[in-house]
Amino acid sequence: MSRISVEEVRHVALLARLELSDDELAVLSGELSALLDHVEQIRRLDTSGVPPTAHPLPMRNVLREDEPRPGLSAAEALAAAPAVEDGRYSVPSILGDEP
Amino acid sequence: MPDGYETVVGLEVHCELSTRTKLFCGCENSFGAAPNSQVCPVCLGLPGSLPVLNRRAVELAIRIGQALGCEIRPSVFHRKNYFYPDMPKDYQISQYDLPVNVNGHLDLPDGSVVGIERAHIEEDTGKSTHIGATGRIKGASHSLVDYNRAGVPLVEIVSAPDIRSAAQARSYVSELRRVLVAAGASDGRMEEGSLRVDANVSVRPDGSTTFGTRCEVKNLNSFRSLVRSIEYESKRQVALLEAGEAILQETRHFDESSGETHSLRSKEEAYDYRYFPEPDLVPLEPDEALLRAAAVGAGLMPGERRRLLWEAIGASLEEHASGALADQIETVIDLELDRLVVDAVAAGADGRLALARAANEAAANPESARSLGAGSFAALLQLESSGSLSATQSKAVLTVLTEEGGDPSEIAARLGFEGLGDAEIEELIDGVVAAHPEEWSRYLEGDGKVAGFLLGRIMRESKGRANGKVVSTKLAERRSRA
Repeated sequence: MSRISVEEVRHVALLARLELSDDELAVLSGELSALLDHVEQIRRLDTSGVPPTAHPLPMRNVLREDEPRPGLSAAEALAAAPAVEDGRYSVPSILGDEP
Repeated sequence: MPDGYETVVGLEVHCELSTRTKLFCGCENSFGAAPNSQVCPVCLGLPGSLPVLNRRAVELAIRIGQALGCEIRPSVFHRKNYFYPDMPKDYQISQYDLPVNVNGHLDLPDGSVVGIERAHIEEDTGKSTHIGATGRIKGASHSLVDYNRAGVPLVEIVSAPDIRSAAQARSYVSELRRVLVAAGASDGRMEEGSLRVDANVSVRPDGSTTFGTRCEVKNLNSFRSLVRSIEYESKRQVALLEAGEAILQETRHFDESSGETHSLRSKEEAYDYRYFPEPDLVPLEPDEALLRAAAVGAGLMPGERRRLLWEAIGASLEEHASGALADQIETVIDLELDRLVVDAVAAGADGRLALARAANEAAANPESARSLGAGSFAALLQLESSGSLSATQSKAVLTVLTEEGGDPSEIAARLGFEGLGDAEIEELIDGVVAAHPEEWSRYLEGDGKVAGFLLGRIMRESKGRANGKVVSTKLAERRSRA
């Protein structure tokens, strides 16, 4: 049985900048543990001699032409940012002390 | 490099591809736009967006592989996961264990060969600006991110640890730059970040066959920084070994102002990137059609251009080895004037003269010189070779020809360079000989020093219209007849 502790979920959530309640942390801790258990089961299978699968679809070389397409305006792009300065996304200090 | 040690360098060069759009979306790939104005849900990593690979980027990447003599193979994209705000997705799409190009080589002008381990496709990251007292990432209060560069197509070219000095590293990067520009894959502008270099540097005692512990030096934005950082890093590592201390394998930042490298990341940030295949992209398997499309439009590679120039000027093997003409050859290749020289020689110009005029005079205004017709360039050089124009006059005509175009003979006439006829020159010589009988008899007796005096007098009498070479020849003729 893998166990992902509430503390580990809290740490990963912080890195991903997700704000989670204590209830959500508890639920996710259980769900993530179950996911890891599932992967653990698959790992027990003998896959020697099976070539790695990079993609489930039998498709190759899906390419698009090098033609510009309109994207978002700067205002639209920045609308969802928690903090903006000088037309750019403002992010907390990168090498700060982690809690 | 301190005695008794050898430097070992491997270089990672990131080359931004000259595509119109980004690697996985239709946002424009251009330098200098307003921050966050070239973004879309794909390169911002917004939920529900999907990447689609840019055909042109693939072709240019393959073309780089072809230029470097790589094996071009089926490849797969991976996610390289890391938490850092320069990639909004929290991963970078790159190629990991199955890169498109492997096992190539780059031949340097000095004849040495540097192996290329791989040249893979990946996306560029956004640009962070660190706000705070130092402007550095350490001690910054916060950082500002512009995602215009996020998703711009890159090819990362990884050399084998075959480089043995800072000078050779410099030569490698400048030759690689020429190859990338010739391939049409990159504009080669280091100052705009189109080419970025990281250096893996280690040292080992002379004669050792194993490698020392290496450090990866980042932030090398110019040839000067590349050379200085490798020199500094070698000395630092040798000093540690001499003091009996261990070298830590780490990433170090080159500080341009102090010329030193500093440890960049603490060891608790040693990353596990948890690579896994990118589920949103299917494998890339270059087929014949793709390989052919990639090869179309590639220019002549620098090695071939060099060979054509050597051939055009008819240099001997000794001259190849002495390198006397090599600087001029490198100059005309870098300024894209080599075609002009080769074509002018084909049109009848003297090879060495064409090379010299291109490397020295035409180089002052390379943009105009590139549109100079090889025919009129050759015609001018022939006027000079035949003695109708002196070197000084020929250079003056070249300046006008480059700026305004036209016919070299007409320009020469307009500038008053109508050369003096034989009879007029003979007359001038007669006059000077008569005025300076003593100097003349010394000249006839073989006094070489007085030749310059006589030539100077004749040139002055001609008011610069006589060709010095022609006058010298005539003087010598008179002496041999006397």
